[in-house]
Amino acid sequence: MRSCAARLVWSIRKGQGREMALQSAKQYETVIGLEVHVELATRTKIFCGCSTEFGGAPNTHTCPVCTGMPGALPVLNKQVVNYALAVGLATNCEITRYCKFDRKNYFYPDNPQNYQISQLYLPICRNGYVEIETPAGKKAVGIHEIHMEEDAGKLIHDEWEDCSLVDYNRSGVPLIEIVSEPDMRCAEEVIAYLEKLRTTIQYLGASDCKLNEGSMRADVNLSVRKVGAPELGTRTEMKNLNSFRAITHAIEHERERQIDLLLSGQQVIQETRRWDDTKEYSYAMRSKEDAQDYRYFPDPDLVPVYISDEWIAEIRNRQPEFRGEKMARYREEFDIPEYDIGIITDSKHMADLFEETVAICNAPKKVSNWLMGETLRLLKEKGMDAGDIRFSPQNLAKLIALVDSKAVNSSVAKDVFAVMFEEDVDPEQYVEEKGLKTVNDEGALRKTVEEVIASNPQSVEDYRNGKEKAIGFLVGQTMKAMKGKADPAAVNRILKELL
Amino acid sequence: MELLSYGAVELATAIKEGKATAVEAMEAVLSRIDAMEEKINAYVTIDRDAALEEAQEAQKKIEAGVLTGVLAGVPMAVKDNLCTEGMLTTCASKILGNFVPAFSAEAVVKLKQAGAVMIGKTNMDEFAMGSTTETSAFGETKNPWNLEYVPGGSSGGSAAAVASNECFFAVGSDTGGSIRQPASFCGVVGLKPTYGTVSRYGLIAYGSSLDQIGPLTKNVSDCAAVLEVLAGHDTKDSTSIQREDTDFTSALVLDVAGLRIGIPRDYFGEGLDPEVKTAVLAAAQAFAAAGAIVEEFDLSLVEYAIPTYYTIAAAEASSNLERFDGVKYGYRTPEFDGLHNMYKKTRSEGFGAEVKRRIMLGSFVLSSGYYDAYYLKALKVKAMIKKAFDDAFANYDLILGPVAPTTAPRLGESLSDPLKMYLGDIYTISVNLAGLPGISVPCGTDKKGLPIGLQLIADRFCEKKLIQAAYTYEKLRGAFGLEH
Repeated sequence: MRSCAARLVWSIRKGQGREMALQSAKQYETVIGLEVHVELATRTKIFCGCSTEFGGAPNTHTCPVCTGMPGALPVLNKQVVNYALAVGLATNCEITRYCKFDRKNYFYPDNPQNYQISQLYLPICRNGYVEIETPAGKKAVGIHEIHMEEDAGKLIHDEWEDCSLVDYNRSGVPLIEIVSEPDMRCAEEVIAYLEKLRTTIQYLGASDCKLNEGSMRADVNLSVRKVGAPELGTRTEMKNLNSFRAITHAIEHERERQIDLLLSGQQVIQETRRWDDTKEYSYAMRSKEDAQDYRYFPDPDLVPVYISDEWIAEIRNRQPEFRGEKMARYREEFDIPEYDIGIITDSKHMADLFEETVAICNAPKKVSNWLMGETLRLLKEKGMDAGDIRFSPQNLAKLIALVDSKAVNSSVAKDVFAVMFEEDVDPEQYVEEKGLKTVNDEGALRKTVEEVIASNPQSVEDYRNGKEKAIGFLVGQTMKAMKGKADPAAVNRILKELL
Repeated sequence: MELLSYGAVELATAIKEGKATAVEAMEAVLSRIDAMEEKINAYVTIDRDAALEEAQEAQKKIEAGVLTGVLAGVPMAVKDNLCTEGMLTTCASKILGNFVPAFSAEAVVKLKQAGAVMIGKTNMDEFAMGSTTETSAFGETKNPWNLEYVPGGSSGGSAAAVASNECFFAVGSDTGGSIRQPASFCGVVGLKPTYGTVSRYGLIAYGSSLDQIGPLTKNVSDCAAVLEVLAGHDTKDSTSIQREDTDFTSALVLDVAGLRIGIPRDYFGEGLDPEVKTAVLAAAQAFAAAGAIVEEFDLSLVEYAIPTYYTIAAAEASSNLERFDGVKYGYRTPEFDGLHNMYKKTRSEGFGAEVKRRIMLGSFVLSSGYYDAYYLKALKVKAMIKKAFDDAFANYDLILGPVAPTTAPRLGESLSDPLKMYLGDIYTISVNLAGLPGISVPCGTDKKGLPIGLQLIADRFCEKKLIQAAYTYEKLRGAFGLEH
């Protein structure tokens, strides 16, 4: 991770002397606060029993409540509160014992009631923090509040028919909004904060937190001020940031844009800007003057939520071992590299898989190797996340046992693993059914090697003339003849003997 | 004619005993409607075929012994702000003029389960905003006692339908007096239950924290029976209350001896029509004569009820009515230029003047910079009003007073002066602000021959006290009603 100061290099502008620009830009520090929306992993919506499942045909996961039909009333899904509490406790928040829902009023067709049920006056969690690692050491980023709210539907503009259609499948999907304090000073800190939130929330099972799929969305509030100035500068809010890369670039560009404005004697206008990732450019969506008056007031259709000591204790007892604790334990318990620990614990799913497999086979290094090697390779190849891994610890342990007992060689094992990765097959059964077991019959192997030597006189001669590489070809030929089911070390040994 | 004079429970009994049939009852009501509707205009929608078909179905089930509910075979009228599956539900507004709900309100479902048969949907002030049923987009309803006068509102269609025998009972909704006041003006019984007693699911909201559904009936016995059907916890309504004591008919007992009744002096001051005052105090005398302990007291804060109510109800309404935007259902302006223009034209053309007035008022009190001064302050006053009633109920079982300062005004009189119309709600709205139950029972007529209503108010969950007192008073008072 680069330090925050190193980023100043970016502030060199056309038509300005490099040194001068650097000096001028150095006078400013960046102040960043984040509003992060996280879609919760409940089965049903926040105020009705409709499914939250992604990708149904338009308006199939809807009912009178989430389409704003006259007379329909919301009823709170308790699991939403459970998840919000879990995230609040994991981020050291104070819990609002008597919290309420408010209506945020604004007209837009994706919002069937023309008000969004959210929390303004009494959000469920307040005054928390998360700790992030920076080059200068640990740093606490304050959490101003976490509140619960409902998602809106989706507008689809049909250019052909020149009309707009609405899909309310997303309408009423539960969200929490995590509002940070303006405690971050550069893109690296922002990314570290987001990664910390993401792993924490994933560990809780409260969301899969995928930026590219929108289950985690971050809006960046950014201002600049002279270093040491007591007051905050005028901020802008950046929207439409769908990847860590987009967030990093948007922060760098916005910082430059604001410093340029100030250096040229202009002012920053408080406004909402939209990031265009393909053009690497942001444009103003609306200024503060156009800001709507949302006329927030407590939703009279919902009763206040009283959160008891027992409820909090119940959630606290169910909190998992978080990443930091897990990493520390791994260092104690397992003899695997720090790098592996980092990767494995980055996803709770992978960490669970690792621990459960080790519990069966007691071979942490081998399990880790499978995860670091083939698993990561296949995930990357297929564009999947660690959370998408489907094979079971039982099957991975069986595969490791097959290799250990030399029942299969490593290249067969990789082939079997690829199938297991796709379909979670039982490797023992699969190897049996497909006849992939290594042939350990010394006589049969020796016979095959003799045949290979007989039919490849050129290679044999090359080897005898000192071309060491030629033996590789002969091993390959033998393996081919054995359909891969031989132990390459044994083949090598017999070849050397016979030659 | 004789069949039409039956109360709802009487009719159900007659049908069960084979003295009448559900079909005869429905036919009688429909011919009564034929004779009266042109003058009264109590209904927005009547589906004659469906009504008769349903009555036939009900009769078959009653004869087969599978439909035994307390209202089995009884024709009912439902206020047009309660959703009815497959039947127009307009809230008497152009903006919902073509709206057919996909589900029925919980209250309607319960009444049907008890065997009641729907005649149609009754007229009302648009979105229940008004006290005269003149703000309806489908013409005003007239008072059956005198067609020159309003029936009250907003459940004016329901009250007029009961008074004119165009149904055997009706349901309405009461946000600031919308059941009790038209009941008073039309000389019928109307009860607004404790907030949370009847599910609001399927009631098209006006002021969500104040709205309650309740019965409008010919007598107190019917009122208790219908309320018993309506009441009950509903998981679809978060504000619905779990209560066990909903056997309201058990309170139909002739006894007020020892009952402590408080008469708030604040309800008998300036603005109260002397004839109304005399009739209500005479009713108080009747209670005292029957052994009740009647005394005067100061309730306080009465003058704050109207501004508090119009702040809270309008604020909630401004948000509740946002969904009527031309996007999903209801009226959409035929020609528009872009989304914003569509919203603006649809809502400008779709809503009437009184609804627009309250949306503007509500939007204003919620707007940034005014929220604390108006809305939040109103919530605080609401809590104080509730406290004043709590103090009163520490000393009294019931509070007795008028329903409205006057009898029904002439048609057209109120529309020109909305503030005067708002002041007419002075005795009813505190009951909604405090979430209390209240009942309106006829207690006489004025010189013009228009009915006067007596209001009894009880503490939360004490509907049984209301019913017992009202039932006893009804017997003391003797027969009341229009000669048909």
